[in-house]
Amino acid sequence: MDLFEHQAKELFAEYGIPVPRGIVAHTAEEARAAAETLTGRVVVKAQVKTGGRGKAGGVKLADGPDDAYEKAQQILGMDIKGHTVRKVLVEEASQIAEEYYFSFLLDRANRTFLSICSAAGGMDIEEVARQTPEKVAKVPIDPLTGVDRAKAREIAIAGGLPERALDGAVDIIEKLWAVFVDEDATLVEVNPMILTVDGAVRAIDGKVTLDDNALFRQPDHQKYVDKAAEDPLEARAKELDLNYVKLDGSVGIIGNGAGLVMSTLDVVAYAGESFPGQPKPANFLDIGGGASAEVMANGLQIILSDPSVKSVFVNVFGGITACDAVANGIVSAFKLLESRGEAVTRPLVVRLDGNNAALGRKILTDAALPGVELVDTMDEAAKRAAELAAVGA
Amino acid sequence: MAIWLTENSKIIVQGMTGSEGTKHTRRMLAAGAKVVGGVNARKAGIIHEGLPVFGTVKEAMAETGADVSVVFVPPAATKAAVMEAIDAEIPLCVVITEGVPVHDTTEFWAYAVSKGNKTRIIGPNCPGIASPGKSNAGIIPADITNPGPIGLVSKSGTLTYQLMYELRDIGFSTCVGIGGDPVIGTTHIDALKAFQEDPETEAIVLIGEIGGDAEERAAAFIEKHVTKPVVGYVAGFTAPEGKTMGHAGAIISGSSGTAQAKKEALEKVGVRVGRTPSETARIMREIIKSR
Repeated sequence: MDLFEHQAKELFAEYGIPVPRGIVAHTAEEARAAAETLTGRVVVKAQVKTGGRGKAGGVKLADGPDDAYEKAQQILGMDIKGHTVRKVLVEEASQIAEEYYFSFLLDRANRTFLSICSAAGGMDIEEVARQTPEKVAKVPIDPLTGVDRAKAREIAIAGGLPERALDGAVDIIEKLWAVFVDEDATLVEVNPMILTVDGAVRAIDGKVTLDDNALFRQPDHQKYVDKAAEDPLEARAKELDLNYVKLDGSVGIIGNGAGLVMSTLDVVAYAGESFPGQPKPANFLDIGGGASAEVMANGLQIILSDPSVKSVFVNVFGGITACDAVANGIVSAFKLLESRGEAVTRPLVVRLDGNNAALGRKILTDAALPGVELVDTMDEAAKRAAELAAVGA
Repeated sequence: MAIWLTENSKIIVQGMTGSEGTKHTRRMLAAGAKVVGGVNARKAGIIHEGLPVFGTVKEAMAETGADVSVVFVPPAATKAAVMEAIDAEIPLCVVITEGVPVHDTTEFWAYAVSKGNKTRIIGPNCPGIASPGKSNAGIIPADITNPGPIGLVSKSGTLTYQLMYELRDIGFSTCVGIGGDPVIGTTHIDALKAFQEDPETEAIVLIGEIGGDAEERAAAFIEKHVTKPVVGYVAGFTAPEGKTMGHAGAIISGSSGTAQAKKEALEKVGVRVGRTPSETARIMREIIKSR
């Protein structure tokens, strides 16, 4: 889960990391009021969970409350790389002398943690890393020993930070490590970390990614869930404990196991290429190994409440839960949906493979559920589901 | 021969007395695996599913001669369980648990490295390892395939089963589910290396998915070190950027971790990559038949 900049900085502040004073505003009026509370010139910053805000015009300097109102009006509602700006951070402008880059992150490839530090921070850090990689220090962190003051100093020096910024930077780096570990973060980034004209080091931007798997021991993180940006279907699926991702096609997908479902999306998109309108998958939905009747019913309900869905492809491999159990689950799911007043009205293509596949198919054939077609192989079933979506469109 | 898990492997189950542990202990026994005991500090001394429960991994190893541990404990207890297995120097530790915080995995991996990598870790968030006809450590359904000459390594459980099933007439030496988390113990490369050295394995199926660069690294390894034919499959061509697709590690970040890049890296070193799981099986069938 990614945090907004203002959330990252609030978190930094809790750990004693110096950040500029700022206030979140959801309207231009609120931005004006925020600027009145703050001192001097302010920066109005779009709050979106994507990079390149500055270059997209989402960060503007304002001379006072009226100007902050103007700038907020320009920025609110903007679309930055597909993200709608719903709030801005109004922040006291800093007197910047120098800009540095710093981050701690999970290094998947090397199965360890990494710190990245550079004296050449700011908007062009990616360009700097590409053209002059020697200016960007990458220092691995041993997860067993972590980062103490000496290690923090070593990283800052490796990144080429000047003597005048060293003490302040080391202090921030040590505290960022505490954020990284104590909050179960997979990324903590400050770009830029600045040296002000009067010699103070501060974090004036912040990017934090938290590990969703750690929610059980980080109950506080629940507050960061961005309800406004969440797709309503995804939110409902989450309440039902379903692993669902909304996509923009017309073939609803249900399968068991993350890999098989991802594969199903691909096979459907591939099959869709040969039909008019090129139907694509409408969602990712993994109902897990168990594939019980209730989970199947909940899954079907979520998928069928998406009006763009024209056909549904149920792709199940019967392993631990054999196909006869899955077939019974589908039959019960239809009954359950009917009793909920949401009878299935769109065509369903079912492919069952694996343990007791023949028995499972027989159960479905005998049940003669309306609109349900059985197709033996995944490739052929994907084709049929795409065809039905093309016809239904 | 098979890799890492043979008919002689003696398995203990950490978390055997829990519901998942109990269910899969039964299944492993039914599949002919030599499960010899369980570990649960609070239930030491009892008999569960006809097997003795020990207080520690070390004690279980001393009493039973176990050389494989399968971990079914909840996410909050996984780090401690794996570290205990590492301390006991058990040769193989298979971590089935899904939802382990990545800080915990990174820490126990670093711990394993610091202790000289005496314990091979598979997982977490994986279905385990099966050597059909010989043994089964984890949750892979044993009855969907047969013994044979194909080795399989995969990030995904159900895709593994799909391929095992489609190629059941040819059969498998060993199938390794390495797991879908961002940080895992055993990698594609480790399995490729072992399959290359295993005289019983004639060809290898490699299944990958979006996220990270494990498949690209595997491709580089294949180019240099693998002479046996490798057939690949990659899932997630239609996955959107920035969304986690079921597995914690299955996420495209910016332009990195895409299925296209992985497919291209594999094809560049001569690996034939199927467009669908069935096409992948078909390619493997062709290769085996032509030998």
